Amino acid sequence: MNALGAQLLSHWNYLAVITLMMIGLYIAISRGNLVKKVMGMNVFQASVILLYVSMGKVRGGTAPILIDGAESIVYSNPVPHVLMLTAIVVGVASTALGLALVVRTQEAYGTVEEDEIVALDRAEDLKELEGERERAIQRAEASGGVS
Amino acid sequence: MSTGAEHVMHLQDHMPAFQVLVPLFAAPLCFLLRKERLVSALTIAVSVACVGISMNLLGQVMGGEVLVYEFGGWPRPYGIEYRVDITNAFVLLVVSSLAAVVFAAGPGQARRAIPAGREYLFYSAALLCLTGLLGVTITGDVFNVFVFMEISSLSSYILIALGRERRAIMAAFSYLIMGTIGATFLLIGIGLMYQMTGTLNMVDMAERLQAVNETRTILVALAFVVVGISMKLAVFPLHQWLPNAYSFAPPLVSAFLASTATKVAYYLLIRFTIGIFGVTFVYETVGIDRILLPLSVAAMFVGSTAAIYQTDFKRVLAYSSIAQIGYMTLGLSLATEAGVAAGLVHLFNHALMKGALFLVAACITWRMGGTKIAAMRGLGQAMPFTMAAFMVGGLALIGVPGTVGFVSKWALVSAALDQGALWLACLIMASSVLAVVYVWRLVEVVYFAEPEQMLEKKDAPLRLLIPTWILAGASIYFGVFSDFAVVVSELAAAQLFQAGM
Repeated sequence: MNALGAQLLSHWNYLAVITLMMIGLYIAISRGNLVKKVMGMNVFQASVILLYVSMGKVRGGTAPILIDGAESIVYSNPVPHVLMLTAIVVGVASTALGLALVVRTQEAYGTVEEDEIVALDRAEDLKELEGERERAIQRAEASGGVS
Repeated sequence: MSTGAEHVMHLQDHMPAFQVLVPLFAAPLCFLLRKERLVSALTIAVSVACVGISMNLLGQVMGGEVLVYEFGGWPRPYGIEYRVDITNAFVLLVVSSLAAVVFAAGPGQARRAIPAGREYLFYSAALLCLTGLLGVTITGDVFNVFVFMEISSLSSYILIALGRERRAIMAAFSYLIMGTIGATFLLIGIGLMYQMTGTLNMVDMAERLQAVNETRTILVALAFVVVGISMKLAVFPLHQWLPNAYSFAPPLVSAFLASTATKVAYYLLIRFTIGIFGVTFVYETVGIDRILLPLSVAAMFVGSTAAIYQTDFKRVLAYSSIAQIGYMTLGLSLATEAGVAAGLVHLFNHALMKGALFLVAACITWRMGGTKIAAMRGLGQAMPFTMAAFMVGGLALIGVPGTVGFVSKWALVSAALDQGALWLACLIMASSVLAVVYVWRLVEVVYFAEPEQMLEKKDAPLRLLIPTWILAGASIYFGVFSDFAVVVSELAAAQLFQAGM
């Protein structure tokens, strides 16, 4: 048990990543408020940034700048950091687009709660179905009248 | 000092870069030009140029050699490279051709969905989406895949939100949430793979994974990658975003996305599983086929059955897409060269028929203002040419001989029989019967139902009809002369299985 605890502690960065990841994913899936969904998605993406950055760190490593004459310096890996610059840009873009869509939803429906939107859509469907049924009855009556 | 011939040689060398760069630079150009006529002409010209480039690429790699393009002259592992083999050259050709045909139907249609004076934004987004899809397909760098995938996804959310009903916004929103989660899953998978191999280049990664692929990290990476791509591909339980996205998007956007976006995701699934993780690991060690096979069969039946009960033409097509994606992943889950070849044949064929059918939906929207099945009563007499194209597409969905659908089903069934899976062949046939039901239901409404009020005979304008018939015609042409698709996909599958990457 102690060994397991020690192992978990030595990988605390992954624990943090997994916790954030699950929080984000849970919010994105379970919340009905669209703004909260976008924020959950954002937390989820941020957790991946942590995952990458922490995997690039080498214990005792320093910034990867070559110094003449010093050969035994340990460097951290810079590539994951560079990758995450791109991922941050992607994250900002998708959050911005998500929020823009939320604004459009508010304009079109007057609400940003998913269950209210679903109810509004369903009411619209029902109305249409009734209209269709009436038209079908009229059609049947009309053809009945002819024959 | 260089002569004309040398210039041509140089151009030829840079074809892989042009494939992505041409639409990428045309997108902001559209934004600057603004005039709708100029912009639509540019979009069509660019997409036709893309077809030319991808034909050239396919011609260069058909012999079996792999084309590698190093950006900035930096060789791997330092630089990003584009890698073209038969598989992705084929997918590039499918994507760019379908884009060209669908964009050609754009002028006039775009005007209906978008406030006047803002059309250039539609074309910019469409070109960016094309850029992303082509980029995902051509690149040889796994992180590049993620970036291009997000370029195409973000622009496709915008395109879907342009739909006329307010539900389009919600459809785009839920696609955005699902799509971003999917892409982030892929990113996590890529991160774990990078952690174990220290490279992002597909070829290097495939080599180095051999040594570490028994580790738990790689197993988890495979799970993240496959689930992430499956969300984009809309594999059965992850398909929830697709019906709304396709049915509320403007019809041209549905035509474009249905015939390209899921195809690229399917290519990506093949590239990652067979190409990078390797046949032995994916099929024998992990046994991914044991998961994918039941899901594919479920998709075939759930998708087709749901399609029967829809009240909107585009929704029928969307659910049928889920079933057709099931056929593609079924090919992959057979774990044989013939199976993957069948999947690739169906990728090509399904792009043609779904493209044609969604363009038919665009024609119907042009005439009736919507695609409710109830509003399609008697359209067979009112729009004869459009509805003839619908018949061709419908027959292809069923898989009637003489259409592309038959070629795919034939390839799939024989691949299943090669494996001795007679029951699977029977299931494929049975799901085709369901396709007969949902197509026949539409045929009955279109040709045999009395219209509500007398409809005068007025077909869609030629600028819509011609692209529709190009695809419908292609669905017959490649159904009769099936050699092209079948031969190319068999070569592609053979290359994938022999060379790995």
